[in-house]
Amino acid sequence: MSEIVSLNHGSGGKQSHELISNLFARIFEIPEPLTDSAVLQENGYSLSFTTDSYVVDPLFFPGGNIGNLAICGTVNDLAVTGAVPKYISASFIIEEGFPFHDLELITASMAHEAKKAGVRIVTGDTKVVDRGKCDKLFITTAGAGYVKPGFETLCRGTDIRTGDKLIVNGPLGNHAIAVLGARNNLNFSSSVISDCASLNHLIQDLLNECRQIHFMRDLTRGGLTAVLHEIVQLSHKGITLDERAVPVDEPVRGLCEVLGFDPCYLANEGKIVIVAGEDEQEKIMSILKSNPLGKNSAVIGTITEYGNGLVTVNTGSGGKRILDLPAGIQLPRIC
Amino acid sequence: MKYIDEFRDKDLILSLSGKIRKAAKGSYTFMEVCGGHTSSIHRFGIPSLLPPGIKLISGPGCPVCVTSTDFIDRAIAYSKIKDVIIVTFGDLLRVPGSYSSLEKEKLTGADLRIVFSGLEALNIAGSNSEKTVVFLGIGFETTAPGTAVTIKKAKELGLKNFLLLSAHKIMPPVLEALARGGIKIDGFICPGHVATITGSGIFEFLPEKYNLGCVIAGFEPSDLLQSVLMLVRQANDKSPVVEIQYKRAVTAEGNRIAQDLLSEVFETCGAKWRGFGIIPESGLSLREKYAEFNAEVKIPVTLSSEIENQACICGDILRGLKMPEDCSLFRKICKPENPVGACMVSAEGACNSHFRYIQYE
Repeated sequence: MSEIVSLNHGSGGKQSHELISNLFARIFEIPEPLTDSAVLQENGYSLSFTTDSYVVDPLFFPGGNIGNLAICGTVNDLAVTGAVPKYISASFIIEEGFPFHDLELITASMAHEAKKAGVRIVTGDTKVVDRGKCDKLFITTAGAGYVKPGFETLCRGTDIRTGDKLIVNGPLGNHAIAVLGARNNLNFSSSVISDCASLNHLIQDLLNECRQIHFMRDLTRGGLTAVLHEIVQLSHKGITLDERAVPVDEPVRGLCEVLGFDPCYLANEGKIVIVAGEDEQEKIMSILKSNPLGKNSAVIGTITEYGNGLVTVNTGSGGKRILDLPAGIQLPRIC
Repeated sequence: MKYIDEFRDKDLILSLSGKIRKAAKGSYTFMEVCGGHTSSIHRFGIPSLLPPGIKLISGPGCPVCVTSTDFIDRAIAYSKIKDVIIVTFGDLLRVPGSYSSLEKEKLTGADLRIVFSGLEALNIAGSNSEKTVVFLGIGFETTAPGTAVTIKKAKELGLKNFLLLSAHKIMPPVLEALARGGIKIDGFICPGHVATITGSGIFEFLPEKYNLGCVIAGFEPSDLLQSVLMLVRQANDKSPVVEIQYKRAVTAEGNRIAQDLLSEVFETCGAKWRGFGIIPESGLSLREKYAEFNAEVKIPVTLSSEIENQACICGDILRGLKMPEDCSLFRKICKPENPVGACMVSAEGACNSHFRYIQYE
């Protein structure tokens, strides 16, 4: 590990994994697998517990702000473990001089999002620091919910089988491009709106109706690529991704072409990948497509035997390549 | 998406792949000069669409890769001067110098800003009048006109705190150096964006003097496959010429406005290339008229002698002598997150492309 922390360590890619495994998990003695939420067994119940910090820059972007982003992110981290999100805490680190008007807007959007998602914000904390000691506003949340019986292993990836299908609930990269556009330093404006949304109701519908969902994960920092690598690691299987099937909106695709980004690496805030038995693929797709948050869902790949532990891509143009875990910063402070 | 999807059409690509398989007799080695081509070739899995007898090797056309260690050392020296802001394209950040990289200097306090165009650097200079902005100009005939516009604009604005450290280079001298060195290839996939500016004429000496075929190629998978097919046919017929595949952008005469800008602002000079050493008349430095913006003239810095990792074979890779997989450091020590050589840094570098896109055992 390099001697000082760099932005690369917060990228969600290789260096983030190194930092978490080699430092935090080692010293805290947290066993593998290291997931966004911990599923804890207590008195016959399974509790899903998560925490997350939000440092997005700028605080307001098309489709959301740091407040509803914090709720959606926390809710989604819980929901993909098979939990019904119940309670959230919210801590605010505020820079001296921050306008009350903005703070109220952000807080109101948190309350609105929590109501929509059916979670309660039950506790929190406030710190104000000297000007320049934090950038405007940082929010830290924690969240808890009970895991539906029968789904205790959903977050571990151990149920994933060769031949399972990979499904995403819509086009990738909108959040990253919306935030990037709002930053104004790239001199482009776009119509792209963040996909920021709480997916717990959609996920509950799926889990109520389907029996062959073997894994779910939300696609945030590091994008689809980071999650596909996590799947390979957890399941000891390989993946073949069909590049042509990966949904990407035209404006996002266009900007990716110009700026040299791959949509598979871009952050999302309202997208999940579902790994499920092929037999249930149609049923899952029909449930997803009947919900506005899943209407552009697509089957994007297949679980294969382990091979050499790689994600193989069938390129849209008929070639083959691998999809490597991102190294270094893609876009800092996207969530 | 218009202008993209039609060039990535699977049927068209498979048909071109079939035509190449039919036309190829024996083995061929072609060099893609441009880093943009290297990246596209691997991103689209082009090698998997070619018969085993056709080998594509990367050349010296990734600007970050050919940037010499002493340029990075120089940039780092500027970054250590009080009240200097270094403005650069992101790719340069992680290129290792002798003792450090710009990224490491940033961690320890250097003021380093990343931009997507030189004009953004002018904005930074405008809003930091008490500081000096040193813009790292890098790239070939493709990006140098952008820097030329930036310099002219700086003059127009009367900026006194904007300087250029130029690593700009031009293509023909390095290709001549390769050809004169007796490179064993059957033709060049020539850089489409360089040719968009210069016109196709700059490559004519390659078939005429050195019997090397040239196809100026676009960057989509069908462009690349069609270019390979054209080169295979040239090689089969033993009739090397300069052909333009990338007709939607490249003409014989090129972009006259950009060419005029280049010659107004820059003059050629000897330049150091990674893997090649100093190649005469291959670099671009500011003309006397614009010397007020020349960092090396306005704030000269002295450097201690440069140090390069002896095990790194970037130089041989850039000269088409070796492949990334031939390097003892590749994938073991040298990785995108810990690059030893410049070819692992840029997304257009051969080592980086091979690392990210090529299946390994």
